[in-house]
Amino acid sequence: MNPTRQRLLLPLLNHATLVLFAAVLVGFGLLSPKFFTAANLANLLVQASSTAVVGVGMTFVLLTAGVDLSVGSVMFVAAAVAGKLTLAGAPLPVALLAIVAVGLVVGALNALLVVRLGVLAFIATLGTLYIGRGFGLWLTQTRAMNLPDSFLALGTAKVAGLPLPPVLAAVVVALAHVTLTRTPFGRQLYAVGASREGAKKAGLNVGRLLVAVYVLSGFCAALGGILSLAQLGAVSPTFGTNREFTAIAAAVLGGTSLFGGRGGVFPGTVLGAILIQSVENGLVILNADPYLYPLVTAAIIFLAVLLDSTRSRLQAHWGRRRIFDEPAE
Amino acid sequence: MSPLLQFESVGKSFLGVEVLKAVSFDVGPGRVVGLVGENGAGKSTLMNLLGGNLRPDAGSMRFQGASYAPRHPRDARLAGIGFVHQELNLFPDLDLAENLFLADFPTRGPLIRRWELHGRAAALLQRVGLGLPPTTPVGRLSTGERQLLEIARALSFDAQLIILDEPTTSLSVPERERLFALVRQLRAEGRSLIYISHTLGEVLALADDVVVLRDGTVVGQGTAREFDPVRLVSLMVGRELKQLFPKPQSNGQADGTPWLEVRGLGQPGVVQDISFTLRRGEVLGISGLMGSGRTELARILFGLDPHATGTVTLAGKPLTGPPKERIRHGLALLTESRRDDGLCLEASVADNVALVTLGRHARSPLRLLSIAGLREALAKVRAAVRLQPRLTDQQPVQTLSGGNQQKVVLAKWLLAEPRVLLLDEPTRGIDVGAKAEIYQLIHELADRGAGVLVISSELEELTGLCDRLLVLNRGRITGEFSRDAFDSSAILRAALPT
Repeated sequence: MNPTRQRLLLPLLNHATLVLFAAVLVGFGLLSPKFFTAANLANLLVQASSTAVVGVGMTFVLLTAGVDLSVGSVMFVAAAVAGKLTLAGAPLPVALLAIVAVGLVVGALNALLVVRLGVLAFIATLGTLYIGRGFGLWLTQTRAMNLPDSFLALGTAKVAGLPLPPVLAAVVVALAHVTLTRTPFGRQLYAVGASREGAKKAGLNVGRLLVAVYVLSGFCAALGGILSLAQLGAVSPTFGTNREFTAIAAAVLGGTSLFGGRGGVFPGTVLGAILIQSVENGLVILNADPYLYPLVTAAIIFLAVLLDSTRSRLQAHWGRRRIFDEPAE
Repeated sequence: MSPLLQFESVGKSFLGVEVLKAVSFDVGPGRVVGLVGENGAGKSTLMNLLGGNLRPDAGSMRFQGASYAPRHPRDARLAGIGFVHQELNLFPDLDLAENLFLADFPTRGPLIRRWELHGRAAALLQRVGLGLPPTTPVGRLSTGERQLLEIARALSFDAQLIILDEPTTSLSVPERERLFALVRQLRAEGRSLIYISHTLGEVLALADDVVVLRDGTVVGQGTAREFDPVRLVSLMVGRELKQLFPKPQSNGQADGTPWLEVRGLGQPGVVQDISFTLRRGEVLGISGLMGSGRTELARILFGLDPHATGTVTLAGKPLTGPPKERIRHGLALLTESRRDDGLCLEASVADNVALVTLGRHARSPLRLLSIAGLREALAKVRAAVRLQPRLTDQQPVQTLSGGNQQKVVLAKWLLAEPRVLLLDEPTRGIDVGAKAEIYQLIHELADRGAGVLVISSELEELTGLCDRLLVLNRGRITGEFSRDAFDSSAILRAALPT
């Protein structure tokens, strides 16, 4: 490959997600005039909020080379508990607090399994995924629950003229971004992800850092659950299903490595979440067969990950150590 | 003056095996203590006790006059003991400043004080002679620079005792000199250092005191002046090691058949115009500085990297294609770093040894492996490389000492009965006793008709071992010496950039 092509191709590959994002927006924009309306874009942001928030928590876990498969179940159990409480007459703030509490408890349980008992994160959170789902199904007796309108009102509430869900998501992302880039805790997470043993030898309290990320992930899952409930207004037995995968996909699309130590929430995970949501939103507008959604989303995720691995391979190839400069030809 | 650090009858056992027995010695303030011993002598265990990774079963340690019993690496740091590990303990994706202050960032509230962080980092980098901006990612540093950074990290918490574990194994000559100057400077500041190395010449040149460990016991200690390399080696191995290198026999080139012929090999930016012939029964050395293209040449010959020009033939047949095909033609490569790409660390001795030749033990029609055949081959090759009998076949190789690990790599290749072996740094980081055995083995292979190409940073090793020597310099061959014309200064001159 000659240097000129190299110079042109590399920036393109470096921002694979951004390029895909642009392509998806332009594509849907051309296919449907309704896509680029202000109303639809606002709607898109509202829909993406929940995924972004759950994805932020997931990014923290992925950065430490862990994974949290239980987030979808956390959303379900928390929603089930909140539904039961409100149907029994509890006011909205109590229900919201209960949701957050469930998130923190499951997060702490994951932390206990991973840090204290040394269970692999994948296995531990796969376990809590099933426990959570099973517990939620038992609690609801697999029946759907309609929530009072106060939940739906949350979804349409405005803060300074802006819809509440994206505002809340923006606050979460901003806090997470500052935490990751500007606090000792954030920087230490990258070290733990790069080498757990190395971080320990550098004098870090690795256990405490890991506990923090799993609890944070549980907390974000609960918040994401609230945002989803505010849009749906009901708890169905499938609520939260597969959300762990959307969250992981958002993080990975945003450039966070599954092997830890690399990535970030902004623009990374945020962009990933919005990209995934754009695809779904665009397909809805085009009246596509709903059974096609997962296939198209999967294809786009594949493409992004493929581009990213091509980039690493090319970079490794181009970056190969040179011993002396090539003589001018 | 009272000692800075004291080991008092320290003992440690693993699964009933005593690896440290009543070890006692002192490290005085402002002293450099050279700690030497074969792999498995207990040096690493001792340093793990000091670093808080392990706890002693018997005895105690005192540091700065107080009892010292670390339970965690953090405790060592708080006490003021800094480690520069052999496998450098840095985070390539974080920048220099973050690596330095990872465990105690200067903060205001929850946030890192960036100005203060960068200011303090710049000052520390200056002190160790690393003139780089604090925001440089560590991934861009050379091994030597990373070593300096680790020392800067120890200085970041004002460590009074710094442990350097095999610090020079992958350093170039100028980097080494820089490190030595820094060690002397730290000593002049009144700090103490424990210097662990297999390079005995360095230890004797740098250290004020020397402690020799063998089988978990201190078998010699005193001021460096009381020791010379011969005495150190005999203390380390517990017997007079008369000859490190096997006697040069009238072997080599007796036959004269060209085994490996390289003609006009070139790859832009890597190697240029490389031509040489390795004959049957010959041990050919390749000398050169770090970055001269030694490893790159071996990788090209083995088919791991591409080459733009030139040809390579083995016993008259052109070598092309991937390593798999070259192995079939009788080529073998022992890589520079056995941990990274020479071994499957978690797999057993048996599995590692069988790796290359597994297909030969597969029986038709279902291609099932013949366990009996494998076992027989393994037993034979174990004897050939003199793998210690106490090691079992099922032991994971990561539990082996460096010398034994290297023997496992050699055993793996010997089973393939190679005609030409490319050995890249075959004795890196292994002890004297195992070194002598590997040298012996290389000569036996040559005697039986193999051609052996040895790449090494240790000139003494090459001149002791080889029949002929080529010098690489910036990807070109800049010198060729036959055994009767070996001249260290001429070889070094050919290797240095002009």
